[in-house]
This record gives sequence, C-alpha cells and structure tokens, in this order.
Amino acid sequence: MRADTPETARVDFVRAAKQAVFAGLLALALFLPLIGFQTVQNMRNELVLETRWELLTVMILLIMAASLLTSLVIEPWRARRAARPIKPVEAAPPSPLRRWLTSAALGFVLVFPVLAIASNGLQGSIKWIDNFGIQILIYVMLGWGLNIVVGLAGLLDLGYVAFFAVGSYSYALLAKTFGLSFWLLLPLSGILAAFWGVLLGFPVLRLRGDYLAIVTLAFGEIIRLVLINWVDFSNGYAGISGIPRPTFFGIPFTANDDGFSAVFGLEFSPVYRTIFLYYVILGLALLTAFVTVRLRRLPVGRAWEALREDEIACRSLGINTTNTKLTAFALGAMFGGFAGAFFAARQGFISPESFTFMESAMILAIVVLGGMGSQLGVAIAAIAMIGGTEIMRDLDFLRAVFGSGFDPTQYRMLLFGFAMVVVMIWKPRGLISTREPSAFLKERRAVSGTLVKEGHG
Amino acid sequence: MEIFVQQLINGLTLGSIYGLIAIGYTMVFGIIGMVNFAHGDVFMVSAFVALIAFLILTTWLGIGSVVLALLIVLVIGMIFTSFVSWAIERYAYRPLRGSFRLAPLISAIGMSIFLMNFVQVAQGPRNKPVPPMLQEVIVLMERDGYAVTLSYKQIIIWLVTAALLACFWFVVTKTALGRAQRACEQDRRMAALLGVDVDRTISITFIIGAALAAVAGTMYLMYYGVVSFSDGFVPGVKAFTAAVLGGIGSLPGAVIGGLLIGLIETMWSAYFSIDYKDVAAFSILAITLIFLPQGILGRPEVEKV
Repeated sequence: MRADTPETARVDFVRAAKQAVFAGLLALALFLPLIGFQTVQNMRNELVLETRWELLTVMILLIMAASLLTSLVIEPWRARRAARPIKPVEAAPPSPLRRWLTSAALGFVLVFPVLAIASNGLQGSIKWIDNFGIQILIYVMLGWGLNIVVGLAGLLDLGYVAFFAVGSYSYALLAKTFGLSFWLLLPLSGILAAFWGVLLGFPVLRLRGDYLAIVTLAFGEIIRLVLINWVDFSNGYAGISGIPRPTFFGIPFTANDDGFSAVFGLEFSPVYRTIFLYYVILGLALLTAFVTVRLRRLPVGRAWEALREDEIACRSLGINTTNTKLTAFALGAMFGGFAGAFFAARQGFISPESFTFMESAMILAIVVLGGMGSQLGVAIAAIAMIGGTEIMRDLDFLRAVFGSGFDPTQYRMLLFGFAMVVVMIWKPRGLISTREPSAFLKERRAVSGTLVKEGHG
Repeated sequence: MEIFVQQLINGLTLGSIYGLIAIGYTMVFGIIGMVNFAHGDVFMVSAFVALIAFLILTTWLGIGSVVLALLIVLVIGMIFTSFVSWAIERYAYRPLRGSFRLAPLISAIGMSIFLMNFVQVAQGPRNKPVPPMLQEVIVLMERDGYAVTLSYKQIIIWLVTAALLACFWFVVTKTALGRAQRACEQDRRMAALLGVDVDRTISITFIIGAALAAVAGTMYLMYYGVVSFSDGFVPGVKAFTAAVLGGIGSLPGAVIGGLLIGLIETMWSAYFSIDYKDVAAFSILAITLIFLPQGILGRPEVEKV
C-alpha cells in the first residue's frame, strides 16, 4: 500500500483503476438487494417490488470515484507524509489561541438570544433559540455528563439515557403529583438519578470493557421497558403530558396579569420563556463543565484517569476502584438527571419514546466523535451533529436535489453511525485529540491523544 | 400440560433461531475477543434480503413451490449476508486490530446504527409483511378443545438448524479451516508464526457467522411473516445473551444457550407476563454477566497483567 521511498510513490494508474473496479463490484454486490430493489405496499396491502437501477448506478459510481480519489490523491499524499523525516515532537505549552477561543465561544453563547432576536425579530427568534440553542445545549450537557463516565473513567456506558429518563420522570411525576417547584425538583432529580447511577453501578463493578457496555445497555433497556409496561406508574406509551413549566422565580410565563410579561410591563410573547429556558440549560451545561474541570484536579479525578489507563496498576497503587467507579457513575448520572428534569420542563410532555437506545448511542457518538475526554471536542461534535442536521432541514437546494420529501433528520443516525466507524479508523482519539494533562511536572504541556491509552487493561 | 408442551415446541423453535445467531457472536468473541455488536443487524439485513429474494422468486419468476423458493432464498441470503459481513470485518474492524481496547466495540456500535438506519432509509420504516406460507399443522394431542400443534414451519426450522449445525460442527472439528480457527482462538500470534493466515481465518469466521445468521434471518421471516428495520436489535441482544449464558467462546454452549433463552422467553410469556418478556431476557443477560461471566460451558477468564 504505502511506498517506502519517494521514487515508488508515483501514482500507479493501473492499480488505481483495478481498485476502483473492485470497489465498484463490491458496492454492486452489497447494494444490489437493498438499494436496487425497494419493497412497497400496493393498494391491496401486498408487498411488491420496485427497482431503482438509477440510484444503484449512482451509488456505485460514487463509490468508484471515492476509491479512485483514495488511490490517486490521498494515498500518495500520505505516502509523501510518511516519507518525510519525522520531526521530534516539541511538547508545546497550551496555545493562548485555545484559551481565547474558549472565551469567545462563551461570549457568543451568552449573547446568542440577543443576536437571534436582533436578526429575526421577537417571534422569529423562537425557532433559533429553541431548535438550535436549547436543543444543542441539552446534547452538549449530556455529552459532557457521559464524558465523565466514558472519557475520564474509561467505562463505556451504553445505557446513559436511562439516567436522563430517571431525571425526566422524577421531575414530571413529582411536579404533577405534589406540585413542587422546578428549582426544588431540579437538584432532587439529579440526586435521584445519581442514586440510580450507584444502584446500577454497584453490580457492574467487576465488569470491564465490552461486558460492562452490554450490561449498561441491558439496564437502560430494562428501565425503558418498565416505563412502557408499568402503566399505573408512568402511564406507559401514552407518556405524561401537562407537566408544569418552570416559572421565573415564582412568576409564570403566561399571558395573565401576574404573568412575566405583565409584571415587567412587556408585551406578551412566548419568546421570554424560551430565552429563560435557554439560560437555564446554559447554566446547567456550564456547571457540568466547571465541575468536571475542577474534579479533574482533585484526587478523585486523577483516580478516574488512572483507572482509564490501567485498572490493575490502579488497584496495586492502592486506589479504591470501587469508589472511583461509583463516583464516576453517580456524577455522570447526576448530570444526566439534571438534563432530564430540564428536558421534561421544557417539553411539557414525556414518553418512553424519547429514551430509546438510539438516544444513548447518539450521546455516545457525540462523545466519541469529539474525542473522549475532551470537553471542547464534545461541544463541537454536538453543535456539528445536532445543529448541522437542523440547518440541512432548511436548505432549499437539498430539497431540489433529493426531492420535496427530503428530511435530513432521517439521515442523522445514518451519518452518526458512519461517522463513528470512520472516526475510530481515521482518528481514534476524536476530533480534538490533544489532552491537557491534569498532573504535570513544572509546566503544563499539551499531550497528543495518541499517548493516552484509554483503558488498555 | 398441553400448554407446557406447546410452549416447549415454540420455545425450541425460537431457541433454534437464537442459537444460530449466537454462534456468530461466540465465534467472533472467541477468535478476536470483541463483541460484534453489528451481528444482530446483519441478521436483520439477511431477513430483508430473504424478503426481497422471496418476492423476486414468487412474484417475478413465478416459482410455485414454496419449499423450493425457500431453499433458493436461503442460498441467496447466505451468499449476500456473507458479503456484507466480510466487508464489515475488512473495512470497519480489521484496521482497528491493535488500537485501544474500546475502539472495535465503538466501531461495531457505529456499524450497527449505520446498518439499521441504512435499511430504514433504503426500504422504509414500516413493517414488511410476506404472504403467509406453510400454514399446515400436525395436531399432536388435543384435550378440552386445546390442541397442541406442530407446524410444518417449525419442523423445517428444526431440520434446517440441525443439518446446518452438523455441517458446521464438521467444519470446525474435522477440517484444516476449523483447526486454523481453533489455533487462532488459542493464540493468534503463535498461529501466525506457524503459518496460519490469521486475517483470512478471521474473515472466514465472520463469513460463517453471517451465513448462519442468514439462515436464522430467513427462518425468522418465514416463521413470523413480518420484518422491520429495527428487528435486529432485540433478537441480537437475546442471541448475545444466549452466547454468554452458554459460555462465550464455546460453540455447543451457544446452541444450548440459544435453546435455553428461547424456552425461558416462551415460558415466561405463557406463565408470567408477555409484556415483560424482554425485561426477563435483559435481566438474564445482566445477571449472567455479573454472576456467571464464564457461562455454562465456558472457561473462566483469567486476568493477565
């Protein structure tokens, strides 16, 4: 594959053509049944087949083109790179650019609602603040919460959405049954979720790696199935509706005389609630980030990372792995619970549909794509993946190309799955692959992600 | 009593399907130590291929004999699914050998999500029913109007499963290929030093697993008469449970585990609550992994430093 010397790095057209033909044949074999034919129900509800030869041809040509591109452009480029003498890696101090970038990003999210209103008007901005701001921030927060478990402690959790569900249902049921306020129930939901994190974390302490992942998946599914089937408790598939919405420190966001708009002498608009919710989730997300950053400097955070690197060495050094794992589970679950309570308060309606395995997989994909352990990476991945598909929904030319029924959210999980595979192969450390070490000698230096082992037990 | 016998028959049928899928999990885990998370979705893809092949044969080519059509469908499904599984191993897992420990699993999860959504986008999200076939049943015993029946479908499933397991058993124990597989399972590096083509052996392992999953997929489609894009997940997890219960890495264990899971599921549905049958399956998975990780026939894993 890779040329050893620059002389042999010349482009070999015959080989490239052969590879392209092979890729085309393989694509034909793989796509013939599922893309070449489509099963459609006719008027009598019988399945009939339709053929899609054009689409099949396009797919095969695309794959052949990709193969040609790889062997004619990318591989020679990589060969040239590999042939270059390797420079000794200078361990650079963390660049000031990154710090500056973080402040700029923080400033932007703080003024985002103002910008949205300024550019779209009061009514038009709801869509932006809600679909982009709040939606993305929920996933950023969930990503950061899962990052504690997966990225820092190295415990692959496939059932994270269960804690999100516990938080949601805690808020929904307690608020509806006892009429407690959002600000009281928010910490309570977090505590309940953390409790469940410990409860589910306890039996899996002995497990590692793949087995741990599968058991957490099982727990996540059990919780969802119980929520579906225990109708007396959770109202089953129908879900819970009419969940009380959060108030502005006791002032509801209604059109009444005691509502937010009336009290502050503003014209009534639902946008105020959206803005309020935006800042609540922003605060919660920043809290998650802040707590994580601080915890990494405490012994428990160091223990997490030590656990991720080598559990046996960790145990021989006298670190209590039981407590270390349980705190990671509990903290990750707690932030999931906060996000869940917020989600229930924002939606006003929840049902088990929102807590499927796909949701867990999506959060995990965000953490993996961003780079396990990197908070900036997780945020970027969430913005790109959640915001990206929302933007694609509005692009007219995509609709012109793919037909009027084009819905990008349909392709979201397809893209997520594909991206997970590609990122694992191409950049196993994720988009942001440098890590700032939490313990260092004399001065802090950025570490390439390839030096971080992440769970080679 | 009648109910029990009937559930026994149903459970063994379901268990055969799970056992066939479980072999794919257990072989792959045995040889490269990874949970092939996408295997359940490969099974689902095979059921769709079987559906499409069946429709081509019956509606376009007009093959009247259902048994003949099913045999052809089986062969087509096995060939195509082997291709898919080979490609997955070659392009999504092989580059990750030697990467950090969670990398292949994450790649497999990505592949599973990809396959599920690919089928959803390519074939639509609705359930795909096929016209009912092989409706005939044999009444075994009858009392108070409750008849214990054994359908032709169930007989076919048992026969095909038994025949394939026999072939498979022969391949693994008596042929050079099986020897190479067992060698790789014991020590991959040593096997490579002794001239075993490890990459090829692993590819063939994936192909055999996929071919057996394709058989299970065809049987599943024939038995239930309906398939949807999400049908890979739960049967996949249950088959994995079967593999773990039987002892992961052990081939007879996978079959025994599959039959056990099938029986537990049908008995649970009959005597306790059909709503909670998946909860039961997931609980068995968690309990087995926590308390009996080596399974019934497996060897306990020794932690090496």
